[in-house]
Amino acid sequence: MDTFTSLLLGFISIVLINNLVFTKFLGTCPYLGVSGRLDMAFGMGLAVTFVVTMAGLLTWMIDHLVLIKLHLEITRYVCYIIVIAGAVQLVEMYLRKFFPPLYESFGIFLPLITTNCVILGMCLFLNLWGIDNIVEAVVLSMGSGIGFTMAICIMAGIRENLVFAEAPKALQGAPITLITAGILTLAFMGFSGMIR
Amino acid sequence: MANGQAPSISRTFITGLWRENPTLRLLIGMCPTLAVTTAVKPALTMGISVIFVLVCSNLAVSLMRKLIKPHLRMLVFTLAIATFVTICDLFLRAFAPRMSEVLGAYIPLIIVNCIIICRAEVCASKYGLVVSAIDGVSMGLGFTLSLCFLAAIREILSTGAIFEIPILATVGNGGWFVPWAAMRMPVGAFVSLGLILGAVNVITRKK
Repeated sequence: MDTFTSLLLGFISIVLINNLVFTKFLGTCPYLGVSGRLDMAFGMGLAVTFVVTMAGLLTWMIDHLVLIKLHLEITRYVCYIIVIAGAVQLVEMYLRKFFPPLYESFGIFLPLITTNCVILGMCLFLNLWGIDNIVEAVVLSMGSGIGFTMAICIMAGIRENLVFAEAPKALQGAPITLITAGILTLAFMGFSGMIR
Repeated sequence: MANGQAPSISRTFITGLWRENPTLRLLIGMCPTLAVTTAVKPALTMGISVIFVLVCSNLAVSLMRKLIKPHLRMLVFTLAIATFVTICDLFLRAFAPRMSEVLGAYIPLIIVNCIIICRAEVCASKYGLVVSAIDGVSMGLGFTLSLCFLAAIREILSTGAIFEIPILATVGNGGWFVPWAAMRMPVGAFVSLGLILGAVNVITRKK
């Protein structure tokens, strides 16, 4: 029961309190780039969640079963990026075969998931925080993906309505989006201190 | 694709600094821009690391550009970049351990910095060595300058100092300036970058 509680706490903490987008600025590029429409943002979030869960699991396994045992930590970054690129390729092929419309609407963004900071960042943080339990690694990576999905969906919802707002001319477009994002991080700071 | 159509060196240089400044005009590479700009020192370290990786990866990609098969190019690019980032990370850990600790995971995250892969794709895989190298330097400098500018604003408003040299007399030291704690937090990064982008919009619209 104790492990379950700590897993649950870790999950909530990575989704709400230590949300990678709001506190670590990971994944800011798609967060600002793709968040124009809610349906696309949601699809992007799901794709990222899937890839980050897989990549988190695989890189954790490679790290603990191969690299540390053979003292090859120096090649860590190269290994991580290969695993992530492979996972993205897999998702791309799967979507092209089974969900062609979704694949079309993603366009260039799908291969760009490879360079999404959330994924590599999460793999690195798993290593940095010294997570030595495989279940915890999977739960945390999945939580980070869900946190990203939530952040990008909230942003897309706001931006769909922001189109009708009369922002000052100089601030239209990216600047007002950034300022909105800043205010959103303030809101999420309210969660800090909820655990521990 | 031919070298004959390559843009002139001086034009390439100006392009990276202002006309296509990665942070202010193209809005790419936002994660490090927002994350490491709490003070000027980490921002400068980050900028120099990015210049190093960018120039090296541009040179490597430019050398390999005729050998790479199109569908494998992303993988080859990222592998080249990851190698140079590893070199950079080990160098920082050996010679600037304190800075390496402050920057933490953001140095390895240079691998997925969109600026580098974007330049490999747009410039280095098409043009020769010289143009690619100049492009790397100018894009890197443009990135570094905008990073330092944002960091300077945030550092002076959050601590009253630049480069850890006190400029404004803070209340804690018996002065008048009350430090803005919010500037050190994520909200400060987002809002000040938003306002800077607004200012850039005003400047470019006048021309």
